[in-house]
Amino acid sequence: MTKKLTLKRKGKEPEPTNEVAASSEASDNEEEEDLLQAVKDPGEDTTDDEGIDQEYQSDSSEDLEFESDEEGNYLGRKKGDGSSEEEDDDGDEEGEEEDEEEDDSEDGESADDGDEEKPTTSKQNKSEDEPSSSKVSKKTQPPTKDLVKRDPSHPEYHDSDTSDEEDIRNTVGNIPMHWYDEYKHIGYDWDAKKIVKPPQGDQIDEFLRKIEDPNFWRTVKDPQTGQEVLITDEDIALIKRIISGRIPNKDHNEYEPWVEWFTSEVEKMPIKNVPDHKRSFLPSVSEKKRVGRMVHALKMGWMKTTEEVEREKQAKRGPKFYMLWETDTSREHMRRIHDPVSAPKRDLPGHAESYNPPPEYLFDERETKEWLKLKDEPHKRKLHFMPQKFTSLRAVPAYSRYLRERFLRCLDLYLCPRAKRVKLNIDAEYLIPKLPSPRDLQPFPTIESLVYRGHTDLVRSVSVEPKGEYIVSGSDDKTVKIWEIATGRCIRTIETEDVVRCVAWCPNAKLSIIAVATGNRLLLINPKVGDKVLVKKTDDLLAEEPSSDVIESERIKAAVQWATAEPAEQEKGVRVVINHFKPIRQVTWHGRGDYLATVMPEGANRSALIHQLSKRRSQIPFSKSKGLIQCVLFHPVKPCFFVATQHNIRIYDLVKQELVKKLLTNSKWISGMSIHPKGDNLLVSTYDKKMLWFDLDLSTKPYQTMRLHRNAVRSVAFHLRYPLFASGSDDQAVIVSHGMVYNDLLQNPLIVPLKKLQTHEKREDFGVLDVNWHPIQPWIFSTGADCTIRLYT
Amino acid sequence: MRRPKKYESGEATQYISRRAALRKLQLSLNDFRRLCILKGVYPREPKHRRRAQKGSSEIRVLYHTKDIRFLLHEQIVWTLRDYKIFAKKSNRDRAIKDFRNLKRRLALFPEIKLDHIVKERYPTFIDALKDLDDCLTLLFLFSTFPSLHLIPREQSNLCRRLTVEFLHYVIASKSLRKVFISIKGYYFQAEIKGQKVTWIVPHYYPFKPQSRQEVDFKVMSIFVEFYTIMLGFTNFRLFHGLNLAYPPQFPTNMLQDNEDTFKDESSFVSDRIAALNFELLRTDKVQEDEEELDIDMELLEQDGDSKRIIKMKQEAQEVARLRTLFKGLKFFINREVPREPLVIIIRSFGGKVSWDSSIFPGSTFDESDETITHQIVDRPSLATQYISRDYIQPQWLFDCVNQRQLLPTNKYFIGEKLPPHLSPFVDSKRDTYIPPEEKALHDPSLIETHEQSDDDSDEEAAQEEEEAVDQELLDAQLQLAYQQETAEYKKYGGPDGVNEDEEDPEEDEEDEDEEEEEELDEQAKRLKEEKQKMSVQSGKVHKVNKRQLHKAEVDEHRLQARMVKPRHRNLFRKLIREKQTKEKEEWLLRKKRRTFEAGEKEARKTAKRAARKEAAAAAAKASKLGK
Repeated sequence: MTKKLTLKRKGKEPEPTNEVAASSEASDNEEEEDLLQAVKDPGEDTTDDEGIDQEYQSDSSEDLEFESDEEGNYLGRKKGDGSSEEEDDDGDEEGEEEDEEEDDSEDGESADDGDEEKPTTSKQNKSEDEPSSSKVSKKTQPPTKDLVKRDPSHPEYHDSDTSDEEDIRNTVGNIPMHWYDEYKHIGYDWDAKKIVKPPQGDQIDEFLRKIEDPNFWRTVKDPQTGQEVLITDEDIALIKRIISGRIPNKDHNEYEPWVEWFTSEVEKMPIKNVPDHKRSFLPSVSEKKRVGRMVHALKMGWMKTTEEVEREKQAKRGPKFYMLWETDTSREHMRRIHDPVSAPKRDLPGHAESYNPPPEYLFDERETKEWLKLKDEPHKRKLHFMPQKFTSLRAVPAYSRYLRERFLRCLDLYLCPRAKRVKLNIDAEYLIPKLPSPRDLQPFPTIESLVYRGHTDLVRSVSVEPKGEYIVSGSDDKTVKIWEIATGRCIRTIETEDVVRCVAWCPNAKLSIIAVATGNRLLLINPKVGDKVLVKKTDDLLAEEPSSDVIESERIKAAVQWATAEPAEQEKGVRVVINHFKPIRQVTWHGRGDYLATVMPEGANRSALIHQLSKRRSQIPFSKSKGLIQCVLFHPVKPCFFVATQHNIRIYDLVKQELVKKLLTNSKWISGMSIHPKGDNLLVSTYDKKMLWFDLDLSTKPYQTMRLHRNAVRSVAFHLRYPLFASGSDDQAVIVSHGMVYNDLLQNPLIVPLKKLQTHEKREDFGVLDVNWHPIQPWIFSTGADCTIRLYT
Repeated sequence: MRRPKKYESGEATQYISRRAALRKLQLSLNDFRRLCILKGVYPREPKHRRRAQKGSSEIRVLYHTKDIRFLLHEQIVWTLRDYKIFAKKSNRDRAIKDFRNLKRRLALFPEIKLDHIVKERYPTFIDALKDLDDCLTLLFLFSTFPSLHLIPREQSNLCRRLTVEFLHYVIASKSLRKVFISIKGYYFQAEIKGQKVTWIVPHYYPFKPQSRQEVDFKVMSIFVEFYTIMLGFTNFRLFHGLNLAYPPQFPTNMLQDNEDTFKDESSFVSDRIAALNFELLRTDKVQEDEEELDIDMELLEQDGDSKRIIKMKQEAQEVARLRTLFKGLKFFINREVPREPLVIIIRSFGGKVSWDSSIFPGSTFDESDETITHQIVDRPSLATQYISRDYIQPQWLFDCVNQRQLLPTNKYFIGEKLPPHLSPFVDSKRDTYIPPEEKALHDPSLIETHEQSDDDSDEEAAQEEEEAVDQELLDAQLQLAYQQETAEYKKYGGPDGVNEDEEDPEEDEEDEDEEEEEELDEQAKRLKEEKQKMSVQSGKVHKVNKRQLHKAEVDEHRLQARMVKPRHRNLFRKLIREKQTKEKEEWLLRKKRRTFEAGEKEARKTAKRAARKEAAAAAAKASKLGK
């Protein structure tokens, strides 16, 4: 409202503004005069000017809404300055009339000022339609809140004292106008009559008006009266100035020359004419004393001038260096830390760290990915940085982790535990024991030469005829097959009632008997191959049952029954059947061929049995079970009996009937054992991949542990004549090794692995099940889970 | 006598945990850390952790009991306690606003004195030199720092001063041996009194605000506090060893004739010192360095000629050559090139150097100086160039120093694609893979052949071809011949009509060879038939299948490797694994190189082909025009 008033006034009296405009263009003197006038006119005191000064500062900021008050103030004042005294008289009435007059006056104003403003406004009309109108509503018709702020501007303009003299037709006061939303009136005028709300159209009306009325964009609603008010062009210009952050009054010159109210020049003559007091000519005694004291202090060195103090400080600052070490190498005796360990130096950079490395050092995609993946465990990266290539030195940036690296080094230096360690700098080859070359240790089997096929299930066991012409094999397909070695022909197949666990050819060359462990029965079979005289003799021998006068104990009877084979079986070659009370797992002959031992792992304290063929008698050597017996073995020379339980091997003297030795294998499960023909060395295979060589003369612990296989070792065998031994394992390999035992007791056995023969196929985690040497040649037979027997020569 | 209880003697009493140490020293953890850093006390790794920790096996920080007892007698422990007292008292003054007292107290701030610790940690000067690596690297870093909360301005200024002094020593003594531009910074290696000192100067603007978890500047600042003192004393001794005045000063004649000197002499001098471009004031008159060297050489010559002596002699000769590598050369450093590292290199090998006077004070001659032999630039092109000098990229200097000879500059010209920059620190024993560039460097004969075979010959060939094409354009007869040739190519049936003339004759030759072989075979057959008719047959030569043999050997070796003693098995496995990873790495590098080279070759070929096509098209056009 106020602005409208001022603008109107302008319209009435355009002269002063014009003058100002002219003065700005005119010479400085004129301007000064004008300004002086302008300043002197309104406020008789200087305080007013100070106010103006402050407003200059505030104008620079862009927060229009906050500053609106001040601007209003300023505006009011300036107008007050320029305008005549008419307005003072106008008072309230003019305010009331204003709305009506506005339309009339507007035309004239626009005619006056439109020359400058119109082109711009028309241009901006459409673009700034909404923003400007919103701003307009804020400025000219502020929502109720702003109203309160703006009110104080009026009194100044009117040069009277109360805020009530504002244009107040509505007497409801400063209340939220929405309280009247539900009523038809909007308040009360001075005569206590209701001010009726103007008719309110709906949205369509408004829209129509929007289209039809060219002045719609400059129409705002007065919340106090509900009347619509048209904003004049001048008002719009004013608003624009405010929005753009300039001083609202366009006539105001921001760069007025400075008026020096108090001169800065020193006058020659005193302004006041009072003579100086006498005191000012006399020296002060107290000061003299103080100065004297200071001079004395300076002389005595108690006090220092500021310069001296500064110099001293400068000299004091920073460390002083001198010759700390007299010579390069002489050492003064000093207490040092105990046993100092100097920190190792950092590795020097390689080619990869170069800013321009050879191309092969840059990471390819895979390496980059891997490098990035190891973000959480950077120690696993192969390089602690990513190699980069820069085309020139100027492209190289600062290394982003440099600070961190230096910091980590610092941490290393003071926080990392140190110790003196001998760094082993040896080649891996050095650790391999020096062994003779296998080529010097020939003969030994090197290639697979024959495969004996015919079994239909895994072949558990193989045994060779003492003369070395035939082999016998037992399989899970419940057959025993006899093969001719040289041709690979299956000579005979003997079917049994149960799975054949173990076969063993009698080592006595004068007998032709095979012991076959099948289920609970041990069959003694005459294979009827080879020398016919021998076959006949053996048949004769087995035919007659020796008369025995010894009465067997009940314990043995319950465990073992000897029987002559039935005719049907006689036909197959079975001569004697020894029925056991539990399934037999292993059978082994004594070297002379009269005794044979069987193992029944489930037999508890009767699990090992010794049978005597000539007397058809059985014995149970142990009364107590010392563990789950895995296998047994006769000593080739001495009357000793080896019994392997899961963990240990016990050696019994059969004559004295006592325990000779207990060998500690330190393994989980023994699978088999074999004794050296001379009887001093024992080889044990275990399911935990190891082979143990025991020197029976030395100790109860293995002389050497060999981990040649990658999987459980199933069986081992010594050659009878050559210094060879072989082992078969679940990793389908047969490993032939040289195992030389010297007659000289001082010399330890020499063990050299010679050859790995890996031709068996894998079936259900089983590889090689049994190995056996040819008694004369350096040939080895191996049986496997792939239903074959293979001969390596 | 009482029997000692468990953990009352032996290893358990040798070590003391950090907590116990703190209790014993009556210090806070921060003070203890400070003390440890300054005194160089570090935790120890016990032989048996369980025993040392009285039965517990978790990993704790253990100090040697004797070390802690040693700290107990340290003077600076008292200074640290004084700090605590000082803080308490000054805080009190501040709280009761007794500013007079506070001022007095602030002037009496307890100073920490570290001189004796330097002596104690490094009983001989050589020990100090041995430990100079970390010191220099850290100080060079700190000398670039802005003023930070935990790092006072003075500290970084002091770092700058000391490092510049050290560089002056390196230049004056000509002890620089190896230099390297890494992605982390510039590596320098100097040989000072027989000790190899390596330090890193970071690339420009290494400082970046860091979170506390990443970098604790406080810890680094304590290190720097000690290292500054140490380097100061070291510098002092080094300067005196060269008869140079310490702190460095200039001869008086240098300062006189300049107006700037009168304005602020100290800052002028410090600027010139930082420029590293002037000789320093000597305390004696004569230089004796070179004479000494000669004597050394003579002594060496007198000794017998065992291998070691010969090697040493060679080394000494090389070093002597290196020291005068840039003698007589005049360098100008362009604005965009980092000044300091290059100035160090050039000056320590006897070159003269200057730069644009607007980037740093202390330049001695202008760019327009005609006697400049080399200008170091690092931009793709330069508008005005002098003919009298070589415009080279900075890598040339580094490669020259590492190679200990002046390399041909043609590969390093302005805008040229640089050859790879190799590290001089690679030990030939450490890395099995040697990149071909390095191999070429090791024997110069290989260089030339390699270049000829690979790059130059091709390029030359290409150039020749281009020239030939030009001639064809001029000469009609030749053009005809050329067309005939192309027709021939087409006849031979290249994949795209245009075939390479290099390959074809080779193929022809091969064909001929095959034919010849066939003829030979026929002859042999005839001979065989004739021979079969005869009664005696020649014995067959038993051919050894090498692959099988090798396989057998490998198998054998594997079996033998299984006989490694159980107590060595883990070690053996570790060694084998290391070896395998190394081999794999080498293999990978070799493979990558191969693929890279193949790619290069392919690119070159296609480029050539394109050039030839263009030439052909141009020729065709020309012929048309002619018709």
